[in-house]
Amino acid sequence: MAEKFVAKLSEFKDGDRRIVFIGDNEIGVFRHEGEYYAYSNFCLHQGGPACEGLTIAKVEERLRPDKTSMGLFFSENEMHFVCPWHGMEYDMRTGECVADRRMKLKKYKTLQKGEDLYVVA
Amino acid sequence: MDLIADRGRRVTVEELNTTRLLAHARKQAHQRSLDDIVIVDVDAHHYENENYDEFLPYMENDVLRQLTISGRRKSRQGIMPTQVGYQDMGGRVTRYPMRGTEKTEGGLRDVQLGYRWMDAMSVDYSCLFPTGMLNIGLHPQKEMEAELCWAYNRWLTEKVLPEANGRFYSMLCLPFNDPEAAMRHVETFGDRKHVGGFMVTTVRSHMAVYDNAYMKLYRAMEERGLVLSFHSGPNWGEPIYRSCNRFMAAHALGFSWYNVLHCTNWIVNGMGERFPKLPVIWIESGLAWVPFLMQRLDHEYMLRPSEAPLLKKKPSDYMRDMYYSSQPMEIQDHEAMECTFRMMNAETQLLYASDYPHWDFDLPSTVWDLPFLSEKAKHNILGGTAARLFKLPPRNEKQKENLRKFGNLTAAAA
Repeated sequence: MAEKFVAKLSEFKDGDRRIVFIGDNEIGVFRHEGEYYAYSNFCLHQGGPACEGLTIAKVEERLRPDKTSMGLFFSENEMHFVCPWHGMEYDMRTGECVADRRMKLKKYKTLQKGEDLYVVA
Repeated sequence: MDLIADRGRRVTVEELNTTRLLAHARKQAHQRSLDDIVIVDVDAHHYENENYDEFLPYMENDVLRQLTISGRRKSRQGIMPTQVGYQDMGGRVTRYPMRGTEKTEGGLRDVQLGYRWMDAMSVDYSCLFPTGMLNIGLHPQKEMEAELCWAYNRWLTEKVLPEANGRFYSMLCLPFNDPEAAMRHVETFGDRKHVGGFMVTTVRSHMAVYDNAYMKLYRAMEERGLVLSFHSGPNWGEPIYRSCNRFMAAHALGFSWYNVLHCTNWIVNGMGERFPKLPVIWIESGLAWVPFLMQRLDHEYMLRPSEAPLLKKKPSDYMRDMYYSSQPMEIQDHEAMECTFRMMNAETQLLYASDYPHWDFDLPSTVWDLPFLSEKAKHNILGGTAARLFKLPPRNEKQKENLRKFGNLTAAAA
């Protein structure tokens, strides 16, 4: 397993991302609410750059107790990242495809060494 | 520019670069040696509304031209029928909001952008269709529909297609609400270079493809060896879709529905018997509707043949005589898809389409990677069959070998 430098921690703000290239492989590294997440940059749909699109909160439909709909809302606690090719959405914390959670992007470990962030691949 | 998602994050991107956006497509093409195969995309798009200044002057009627050109310098939203829709998924499909930031150098922008995605995907030839004009059939004035089609078709055949080194061709928009005007289009443009046929936009409030008024039009196309295609679309404003409260519902149903409707009328009225040598393509309805309609029509026909007296075989047999574009392929269930491919004789009747740059585009790998397809089927679907239909020659020696290997070379290069 190789360790690949991602960024200086001081330069990697919350909401930032980096795409790391290791040979033919590409890994997207996100910082979200103080945590680091690293996933394969190849979308499980048609191979698009899964980590290079918009990050956007999960959309929820909220129901009242009588099952009537209150409408659509952005989630307060679940963030998604979106493949820019076709809009396939992934859960930031798990890498799961939100339309079918059996499908998951390959997840990579991140490693902090001093002031530097690495991804292990 | 910043792409902003409310309750999300800003994504700062300096500019859209199609080549960079599609870098993974290029990688796929390289891994599969797709440059060795003739790949023909029978359904790709540009945004003709970005070129109104170029083609509206080609309108012939002084008064109608004045109506479209004058007073709309800043916004020309009123020229073409438009629809409510969220193709860009609220900015999630970033090439929509970023489209204007992409830089091109000299020459026609639409051609340059086309080359970028075609080269990335290893597409050799693309059939170029408009985007906004897919709604032209909803225009309340049939004379304005005819004028706009005329202007667009002149510009496309005189300015755009000649600049593309033969890599773009088109099936030109027909003003179908005016059969006489449509006939004039076929007579005027049918023999022009890079014109493979004509396309009918199927989102229309009233359209009877079997109307006697169209028979000489079909015959004129058949005599010229041209292809007739029907390009589908959604129409959320149609009364039947007003109960749909989500775009995906109106989109999923609409794109299939209009071709289901017109294909049904085409078949039960015996158009396949009347014009047996007229190639017909049904575009952008996906594939799942094909086995549905085959089964549905065969069942009815067995009991009610007196209502379709021109038919000499089952409706599904006529459907297998026609062609279908592949996009958007419903790839979730391979067993269902294999059945669909078998029922439609995909090896000879299915034509690859990307629909790029629209949100649900398909790469050539969607066809190439299907586990149940023979090598011949892959080659035919990706381009061999279309090369025969539109007489498109190979672009390198490997492609020539592959066309010859699967029996497509003579017709393609004729």
